[in-house]
Amino acid sequence: MKKRLVILCIATLILSVGMVSLSAGAQREEEAKPVEIMGPFGGPDEVAFQEILEKFRQKTGIEVYYNADPEFNTQIMVRTRAGNPPDIAAVPQPGTVQALVDQGALTPLPQSIIDLIDNNYAPVWKDLGSFNNQVYGLYHRINSKSWVWYPKQEFEARGYTEPDTWDELIALMDQMVADGITPWSIGIESGGATGWLATDWLEDLMLRTAGPHKYDQWITNELKFDSPEVKHAASYMEEIWMNEDYVLGGTAYIRGTGIGDAIRPLFRDPPEAMLHRQGNFILNDVPGWVADDIDNQVGVFAFPEIDSEWGKPMFGGGDQFVIFDDRPEVLAVMEFLGSWEGARSWAQTGTALFPHQDQDLNDYPSEIMQALATAVIEAEVFRFDASDMMPAEIGAGAFWEGMTDFVTGVPMNTVLSEIQQAWDDLY
Amino acid sequence: MRDVMTGSGKELSLPAQIGVALVRLSVSIAIPLLTFLVLWGGFVFLRDSGASQLVITAVAVFWGIGGVVCLYWTAYWFLTRIPKKWRPKVEPYLFIGPAVVALAWFITIPVFRTGYFSFFDRYSENWVGLRNFAYIFTHRTMLIAWRNNVIWLVFGTGFSVLFGFIIAYVADRSRWEVYAKALIFMPMAISMVGASIIWRFVYALNPDIGLLNAIVTAFGGTETNWLIVRPWNNFFLITVFIWGQTGFAMIVLSTAIKGVPVELLEASRVDGANNWVQVTSIVIPYIKSTIMTVSTAIIIASLKTFDVVFTMTQGMDGTEVLASQQYKQMFTYFNYGRGAAIALIILLAVIPVVVYNVLQFRKRGDI
Repeated sequence: MKKRLVILCIATLILSVGMVSLSAGAQREEEAKPVEIMGPFGGPDEVAFQEILEKFRQKTGIEVYYNADPEFNTQIMVRTRAGNPPDIAAVPQPGTVQALVDQGALTPLPQSIIDLIDNNYAPVWKDLGSFNNQVYGLYHRINSKSWVWYPKQEFEARGYTEPDTWDELIALMDQMVADGITPWSIGIESGGATGWLATDWLEDLMLRTAGPHKYDQWITNELKFDSPEVKHAASYMEEIWMNEDYVLGGTAYIRGTGIGDAIRPLFRDPPEAMLHRQGNFILNDVPGWVADDIDNQVGVFAFPEIDSEWGKPMFGGGDQFVIFDDRPEVLAVMEFLGSWEGARSWAQTGTALFPHQDQDLNDYPSEIMQALATAVIEAEVFRFDASDMMPAEIGAGAFWEGMTDFVTGVPMNTVLSEIQQAWDDLY
Repeated sequence: MRDVMTGSGKELSLPAQIGVALVRLSVSIAIPLLTFLVLWGGFVFLRDSGASQLVITAVAVFWGIGGVVCLYWTAYWFLTRIPKKWRPKVEPYLFIGPAVVALAWFITIPVFRTGYFSFFDRYSENWVGLRNFAYIFTHRTMLIAWRNNVIWLVFGTGFSVLFGFIIAYVADRSRWEVYAKALIFMPMAISMVGASIIWRFVYALNPDIGLLNAIVTAFGGTETNWLIVRPWNNFFLITVFIWGQTGFAMIVLSTAIKGVPVELLEASRVDGANNWVQVTSIVIPYIKSTIMTVSTAIIIASLKTFDVVFTMTQGMDGTEVLASQQYKQMFTYFNYGRGAAIALIILLAVIPVVVYNVLQFRKRGDI
């Protein structure tokens, strides 16, 4: 037995000496560390992004790789606090970026990148990427959310027209009910994020009833959650959601149907619903035959205006890329992403929008996407998704849960009070 | 001159003695030194090398096992070098010491650190005293979590032990004992997350997918989203837990039941006892300590339950439990103070049960 131990020990010793020399050798060879990007999007989004990275690799020869993490919001904080952050992170929530800035983990973007942003982006994108008066974030893929989708063929066959105001929308809905078809298909199920769709509705309504300025105050809780303005906006939502005739399957269906599934009834044969309010990314979830013929099959109009003073403001979200390290390879990646070259192939998939001013609209494969992209570039009022801007307890917690409670029967006033209570509990 | 070290009395010349002493010294240093090199070299390699995954894995296995063996050998060799009188005193610390230190570093110290953090605010910068604890005992979501944990405790443990006992007792008397037990025990092989996913399909809204709704609609009922029906959704979640834990209870209780002396049962049969009386008056009292052991083990599991709740409902719709709330506070909201407070409370709740268990083991002589 002892002899075997001796042999084992000696063998391990020889190996370890070999290892040390190997690793020393390996370190001498590797000069440039590969650039690591960490982000939340997987699936087809990841595929598109990998294509962009491949173009970058071919262009510059710099090694870069992307890690998709479904638990991104948790992991980015864990890794940062553990002292092991990635080089670049694609962050969908400004609140998270603020938290990272507060911890001193992020490097502000250098002047070369800021110049790029000034040249190629509308001012609002620089503002959205700025924290504590410094620019940290470069926006890449964005989404705009204030759209209502409908099955074009059926819609036009029935002689409907796109509504411009809320009253026209209600009239259209009543007409649909009279014609025997349910107007809306709504679904909020999204695992731990269930409820975010409902928050989107409330945000659209806040912008249209209270205006962008009050919207900003609402985000910071200067405007309380149970204030009359919010209750007023919420009442419009109740008008539709709580009416069994207006929504397919009633509240049980709303609660139980997944985000990607809720658009499908519009494209069944025959369609079971006519309207679906959702961000542009829903085009990822339409059935294949629809995607192949998208300009003929899908129609879209902006969420109607309620108060003519506010018109139809647009809100949405986006992934901003932030850096933890400013070595040259990392900056090279950022520069690439800030130009149309670093976004074109994704745009060509027809599933994403970008704020780059130097974009070529012809790169979008469908008229719909071109129209949406134009709307984004020309938007005078663009606000970021409120729930993404609020602190996580609210924006990823109480707000989502509160909206889910509302769908499952809790009165709206109670819900709003409870969300306000969550704000008050924050310390 | 006697050579004290060899103890042989053989005389060596002075240079030879010095030489021997030097060799012994260098050997004494060399062995720990070599061990250290082995471990250090391996560590550096695994951390920094860009070699292929296969190489790294092979090296890690070799290094891990070989390293431990070398450590053992070094410790053993060290023991032989120290005076005989010291050996019994040093030996336990030498061999158990490293493990205790590792446990202290990874478990004991973090426990105290967590306790420390529970008195601070979200990023552990400012002292807030008992405010976190006030929150977890008064906030609406926490009260729901408390209530649910009690339900989990009572029904989860109660039914697991009850079903485990029934199945163990009945199977004991049946021809299909082995098959029945294998079937009931199989869910234990599945992780709770896997079980949660399976049962999420069972509870699915669409009757084409959801088994429960298929049955309900077949009998003329309406399809329901079971996981959002309050408060019954808690029981649907607990079902998954029971499904997993019954096997454990059954196996342990089965052994105990088989340990009941046959003579006792036969004697009672002669006295006119039927099955029910036998069970309640003889079997259960006889295996009481086993029942307690199983119950405490399952109680601990139910108090810290997280996987089922988090995977199936993420704690929504009134299904929140302490552990899932702790996760949210800690990792979604980044409020370390509250997360730490909840973790501490869970620990305090579990300690009495563990202490009881240990005392039982000692009484029975297992420890």
